[in-house]
Amino acid sequence: MSEAVIEIEDFTYASGAKRILNQVSFRVGEADYLSIIGPNGAGKTTLLKCLNRILPGGEGTIKIRGRRLESYSQRALARLVSYVPQLDGRALPFSVDEFVSMGRYPYLNPFSPLSAEDRRVVREILERTGTLDFAGRRLDTLSGGERQKVFIAAALAQGAEILLLDEPTSFLDYRHQVEIHRLLRELNREHGKTVLAVTHDINNAVLACNRVLALKEGRKVFEGEARELVRKETLEGIYETAFLFVENPYSALPLVRPAESGS
Amino acid sequence: MIKSWTLPALVAFSILTVAAAPLVGPHWIPPEAILKPVKGVFESDLFWKIRLPRVCTSFLAGSALAVAGLAFQAIFRNALATPFTLGVSSGASLGATLYVGLGFTFSILGFPGDVLASFAGALLSVGLVYYLSRLKKGFSTSSMLLAGVAVSFFFSSLILLVQYMSDFTKSFQILRRLIGGIQVVGFEEALNLLPFVVAGVAVVAGLSHELNLLTVGEDIATSRGVNVNRTKKVLFLFTSLMVGGVVAFCGPIGFVGMMVPHIVRLFLGADHRYLTPGTLAFGGGFLTLCDTLSRTVLSPVELPVGVITAILGGPFFIWLLLSNSSDRSFF
Repeated sequence: MSEAVIEIEDFTYASGAKRILNQVSFRVGEADYLSIIGPNGAGKTTLLKCLNRILPGGEGTIKIRGRRLESYSQRALARLVSYVPQLDGRALPFSVDEFVSMGRYPYLNPFSPLSAEDRRVVREILERTGTLDFAGRRLDTLSGGERQKVFIAAALAQGAEILLLDEPTSFLDYRHQVEIHRLLRELNREHGKTVLAVTHDINNAVLACNRVLALKEGRKVFEGEARELVRKETLEGIYETAFLFVENPYSALPLVRPAESGS
Repeated sequence: MIKSWTLPALVAFSILTVAAAPLVGPHWIPPEAILKPVKGVFESDLFWKIRLPRVCTSFLAGSALAVAGLAFQAIFRNALATPFTLGVSSGASLGATLYVGLGFTFSILGFPGDVLASFAGALLSVGLVYYLSRLKKGFSTSSMLLAGVAVSFFFSSLILLVQYMSDFTKSFQILRRLIGGIQVVGFEEALNLLPFVVAGVAVVAGLSHELNLLTVGEDIATSRGVNVNRTKKVLFLFTSLMVGGVVAFCGPIGFVGMMVPHIVRLFLGADHRYLTPGTLAFGGGFLTLCDTLSRTVLSPVELPVGVITAILGGPFFIWLLLSNSSDRSFF
């Protein structure tokens, strides 16, 4: 395994008396593409939020690049870890360009405008994510797919090597799903980003990612190579529902879909 | 974009207002009378000792209330949030009410007792809201708003109690303080207010990037590297001190902190790097204008400026509530 970028050991996060994450341990190597799957309420989103201290605290240790998470200032952490939340339709009063530029925050000083270097980085990211064409538009005039690309662009503007995404393709049409998946793969393979994505799309997790982590009721129930996941007992154990396996003519691995009752 | 001319336009409006306001009043002062007394010293005295200090005080007070409102609206992601929503004014009013109602007369280091009592009340309410919202985990936005509303109501009831127990003269004095107004002679008030306003505005201006990100949401702000809790604490403390100072000297002047940032946003957009100077200028100009109106509308009778801002602010508040369509659920 390559050098560990993220190491989590015996991590427990509780809200009140309820343990949302329960003694979770795993490692993520450099330029890994890790999918985090599991039923609703398994703690997937909480795990992402703990990794960049949106939710501070918790027991156990999280190390980023060999240093304990608590030892980073929020600003230093933002240069290493960036985050794309679940898509929402909230009205935001900023243009695409303004919003992506705000991703440069960890490099800015009070009162200072963006430097030429900041502007160059922002422009490059707008180009790379295909958002330059509508850079002048207000965020709340965009479609869901366009908005998601902008949020990814804004996270990339932080220049962080680790990218956390919470269901990046849920609620998107097929074309945008494909585009987002392609973008993430490109970031992972060509730009060496370490990607952690929460997803419900098992087929894509298997095809695109090299590793998968499954959570259930706050506990880790699977960690390993993506292809090891596609076993009947493994999937049915995680989701507690029956699955159909369909031969994929383009891959050695089958396609998976939940079996509907009665079929 | 629009910013290229709108910010200078707002600043120009304020300069013109501030320049014209001291000349206007029940007695018009011709500009040439300011520097060399024309018909004796009367007009130049009126200008230098009454009108100009009053304009300075109202400009400072207006700027302070508006900039504080701007910061609070970004922190709470709510166009209706102001320091007044969080009980600062009711705390200050309670302080002043107790001072009058209990018949105190003292002063410390040259500060009049009623000012000190108001200031102490403002700090008490800020501390209380802060402490109450800390009790719930995470120092959250909604618990702060709720704590603010609760403290406001509680203090308002105490004010009514003191007023009810007081005799007629004191009761009237209390009422007069509760309405608010800028009646100053000389520059003492303006000079006392200045450090509070400078400190508060400097902090808000220095946190422009953070305020922009807080507008987007606390999760995003945190992931971009903002220490959200510390930023909120610093903003909360400095703006409350600033507003506490204003309320202590001028009484609770409502609605400025809500109206001004909203109007400035219509012109300048959402970027706090422009909004803060814009709000500073327009807030000062706006309250100066309101104060000039209060001196002239029913001349020679003078209205408290709080009445003018409330008459404008009430309908504005309702318009804001009704126009909060899905398109502009925030600003």
